[in-house]
Amino acid sequence: MFSPTSAMTVETQHPGDDAPANPPLVTIELHVNSAVWTLCVEPRMTLAEALRGPLQLTGTKIACNRGACSACTVWLDGVPICSCMMLATDVGTRSVTTIEGLASGEKLHPVQQAFIDHDALQCGFCAPGMIMSCAALLERSPQPSADDVRAAISGHYCRCGTYPHVIAATLDAAKMRRA
Amino acid sequence: MNRFALAGAKTIAEAATAASATVATAMTTPPERMGYADLSVVKAGGIDLLDLLKEGLLAPSKLVNLRDVPGLDAVAEEADGLRVGPMVTLASLAAHPLLQERYPALVDAVAGSASPQIRNVATLGGNLLQRPRCWYFRSHAFHCLRKGGGHCFAIQGENQYHAIFNNMPCAIVHPSTTATALVALGATVELKNAAGVTRRLMLEDFFVPLERDLQRENDLAPQEILTAIRLPNLPPGARMAHIKQGEKDSFDWPLADVAVLLDLDPGGNCTRASVFLGAAAPVPHRARAAEAVLTGRRIDEGVAVQAARAALQGATPLSKNGYKLLLFETLVHRAVLKAIV
Repeated sequence: MFSPTSAMTVETQHPGDDAPANPPLVTIELHVNSAVWTLCVEPRMTLAEALRGPLQLTGTKIACNRGACSACTVWLDGVPICSCMMLATDVGTRSVTTIEGLASGEKLHPVQQAFIDHDALQCGFCAPGMIMSCAALLERSPQPSADDVRAAISGHYCRCGTYPHVIAATLDAAKMRRA
Repeated sequence: MNRFALAGAKTIAEAATAASATVATAMTTPPERMGYADLSVVKAGGIDLLDLLKEGLLAPSKLVNLRDVPGLDAVAEEADGLRVGPMVTLASLAAHPLLQERYPALVDAVAGSASPQIRNVATLGGNLLQRPRCWYFRSHAFHCLRKGGGHCFAIQGENQYHAIFNNMPCAIVHPSTTATALVALGATVELKNAAGVTRRLMLEDFFVPLERDLQRENDLAPQEILTAIRLPNLPPGARMAHIKQGEKDSFDWPLADVAVLLDLDPGGNCTRASVFLGAAAPVPHRARAAEAVLTGRRIDEGVAVQAARAALQGATPLSKNGYKLLLFETLVHRAVLKAIV
């Protein structure tokens, strides 16, 4: 786990820049997992790149980088979004929650624990995004049906084919949360 | 992605003034002008725009962000219908009680678009203005007709997802499923330009057919902002359905989608019919022959079958998309029957 100080400044450069215009870096504040980060970034940096690069929150994965696989899912004000399709400079004052922000200290979120209990990941690359979608579902619908879980994870690709275990894990996590 | 600046507009006028290009005009701007200070495009949710930028299909120097322009993300009730702001996300549109009550078929279309994550960010305006999904158009390697080149690669190439109507000399299909439902219910759009001039037109007329222009799908001009989508009140006898068929159920662009709106008189006869096919042509395709079959008739299984056959009149499928004929025939048949249930 990372413990950001209240303000950090990190400058980033992208390789292969060939555009003649060179707009200035902009300073932004990102509210991530209850911490506030001050970053100096290029306007073209995506939220996913900001999380994984300067913030070193590498739990969020980038796979397709086109919003087609949902591996990069984080919450924006509690709502799941693809962080690869959101510019870091467009987040504004909205709060970002990543997979690193889900556990309370050493205690895993019920969905994280249920994913372990139900063997709901194999290679694990889709798991952080999948868990963010399933945890968001339980926030808005504490007693979901299997179809609710299917709808919640409908944007996710898991090429290991863990879907049945993900559904079982999420339904179990819902029970754990109510217990 | 190229380097660009992100500017936040505070008013519609400010955004319109700053937007020197539409995405379509920016994509056909000569390369030597790309990236310089005079090429700025509007960003709504940014989903399609980021996709195009990441593929290197346009290189604006500035994005004009509509996020903080007040009033663009509201659904408001007006005397003659609902006014939907272009920045309303697909997710909030699909969850809106007034839409669910009055336009359930539109909600079907919106809720069936993209994935939950994308619907949480993608806007209605951006959905209507998104560029086509043709893989030649989306690939930097193919300088196709729609990007200012001299050749459509789909017509002799991999055209299984392409148009079966009006597909010469460019075979794209319009990418918006929501548009199919909106044109069927007679939605209008409102556009404001930098000079403060407001245009209102039927959404159906806002879309640009090939014979008018090969390089854009809609009539949006540079320095113009889509400011509202208006949904008319439907008469009490109106019945509507939208059905989409993709290759997979989870999320996908449609292989085919159909929207049907029928006005039924108290005796159950159809007094007016709108039948639109999505993913069939470069613009949402009005199936006039199917509308003619339905109008004046009491709708039953036999009439639905006749209308479905008529809907495919004039189709000119390409080498690999003939399967769409049967698909559309089935969907029109089902949509007509679904509408009257």
